[in-house]
Amino acid sequence: MDESWRKAKAVFATLSAPPVIWLVVFFLAPLAIIWGYSFGNNKSLTEIAVDGTFANYVHAIKPLYMGIIFKSFWFALITTALCLVVGFPVAIAITFASQRSKAWLLLLIMLPFWTNLLIRTYALMAVLRTEGYINLTLAFFYNGLSRLTALTGHPLAMFQPLELLHNNFAVVFGLVYVQLPFMVLPLYAALDRLDRSLLEASLDLGAGHLTTFARVVIPLAVPGIISGVLVTLIPSVGAYLTPDLLGGPSSQMIANVIERQFKTANDWPFGAALSFLLMYMTFLAIAVQTILSRGRRGRREA
Amino acid sequence: MTDTPGPLEYLRRWPIRAWLAVVILYLYAPLVTLMAFSFNASKRNIVWRGFTLDWYRAAFADQDLIVAFGNSLTIALISTVVSVVLGALTALLLWRFRFPAKALLEGALGLPIVVPEICMGVAMLVFFTEVIPWPTSLAWPLNLGAIIISHISFSFSFVAIVIRGCLASFNRELEEAAKDLGAGEWRIFWDVLVPHMQPGLIAGALLAFTLSLDDFVITFFTSGPDTTTFPVKVYSMVRFSVTPEVNAASTILIVLTVALTAFALKISGGTVVAVEAGEGL
Repeated sequence: MDESWRKAKAVFATLSAPPVIWLVVFFLAPLAIIWGYSFGNNKSLTEIAVDGTFANYVHAIKPLYMGIIFKSFWFALITTALCLVVGFPVAIAITFASQRSKAWLLLLIMLPFWTNLLIRTYALMAVLRTEGYINLTLAFFYNGLSRLTALTGHPLAMFQPLELLHNNFAVVFGLVYVQLPFMVLPLYAALDRLDRSLLEASLDLGAGHLTTFARVVIPLAVPGIISGVLVTLIPSVGAYLTPDLLGGPSSQMIANVIERQFKTANDWPFGAALSFLLMYMTFLAIAVQTILSRGRRGRREA
Repeated sequence: MTDTPGPLEYLRRWPIRAWLAVVILYLYAPLVTLMAFSFNASKRNIVWRGFTLDWYRAAFADQDLIVAFGNSLTIALISTVVSVVLGALTALLLWRFRFPAKALLEGALGLPIVVPEICMGVAMLVFFTEVIPWPTSLAWPLNLGAIIISHISFSFSFVAIVIRGCLASFNRELEEAAKDLGAGEWRIFWDVLVPHMQPGLIAGALLAFTLSLDDFVITFFTSGPDTTTFPVKVYSMVRFSVTPEVNAASTILIVLTVALTAFALKISGGTVVAVEAGEGL
């Protein structure tokens, strides 16, 4: 392991050239161009001059766009919190299951994540729309109730379907649906490494299950919680499809605004600036996570 | 040990069981109803009116949908082959050598995994309109080049991680033994390293294939009117309305991904689950 590259230059060159060239030309270069554009302005319909202006970033911090960025974060935070609350008991159930059921439960949680994101979002549209399954079920029970009250001579008013689709509720509902497996897996990975004798000790010494959970399990699962939060939060902030298909006019998130700058509004420099704001926020989140997990490790060693 | 669950057998306690049941219902009910209603005789998609295969007939008769499906499979296949080659080279490079800027390369390889899809999508859009305007008049499948290149760019880092994990367990003495017995670099690679990497290569290939087949956002920005993929085509149908024909098309794709996953699980003996579970971290 760790042979110096000087010892086998030909092998080193053969191994490194294709991936490095690919990464530079087809990944870093496109990102660098966008980064350059974020400091440019539209000269004409097709020409963009990169002249080092900060005008696009100034435009991006106007209240309208800051509001959308704030809303994207807000949605992502609610989604992450809900995924954590919904996913934690699931991760516990998987951790303490027998080997056989563990494999099946993991597969059950992973399977939707192999299914196309667009199809999963579409499936939710059929559930949530005014003629969807939720409203249909509600109408069924409501009409049953109405028939009962009609016997007493007071029929209820006509059933009004709930507006579940094309609003902020639908966006968060959809984000939780899509991101839940991402939260469960790191939580499970952390809980599975946990020393069970600590839990047994806590229970033996008279703490109840809830106390043990709050004072032993959660503190020990913090690394898993941090990585689960990160892998749920980052894709949620930049989600495009969910707000586009499930959201209404007021639930636009930052990705939808970026898309519009590139496809219809044709203001590439501004779209580029917004993209890079989103990238910077992503890097910031990763940096915070690295610092948090490093701090924990440092404390434990001390 | 009769009926009372042990202190840590949480799966046998009813509140946890009920919670698990509700979560699994939440995850699966929408997909199962979507699949069920692709066989429904009514167009209204809500009330069951009897079994029919009409929507599948309609989907198979939809020329655009078939072309898009063919495009998706072709893109996924080419992207998988190239991603596995690039990913294997990257993994071998990082595993074997010590070189300046190694940490920098590792960081750069992590980028395609963390960069938000929308940012990569717009970057690819600009790149393929301004820098290398990809001619869409090229013969099939060359006209899909821009999409294929984008898919390789976001897939191969994932493949590299999977294969690198597999190489970590390699016993260097095997390589030494091969060298002592007179094998050259190429012979060692082909007869010793590749067989050891095989589970990683399979898992990586499956990952690259599903990532490509699944992608909507990045493809949405790199596809043109003549180069739609299945998700992009379904998206344009969904924008119009919820129809049983879309259900039929979606069902075909769900069945295909589940079958592929089952196949990969069978040949790799479960390593794929472990690897993809790790991917979530």
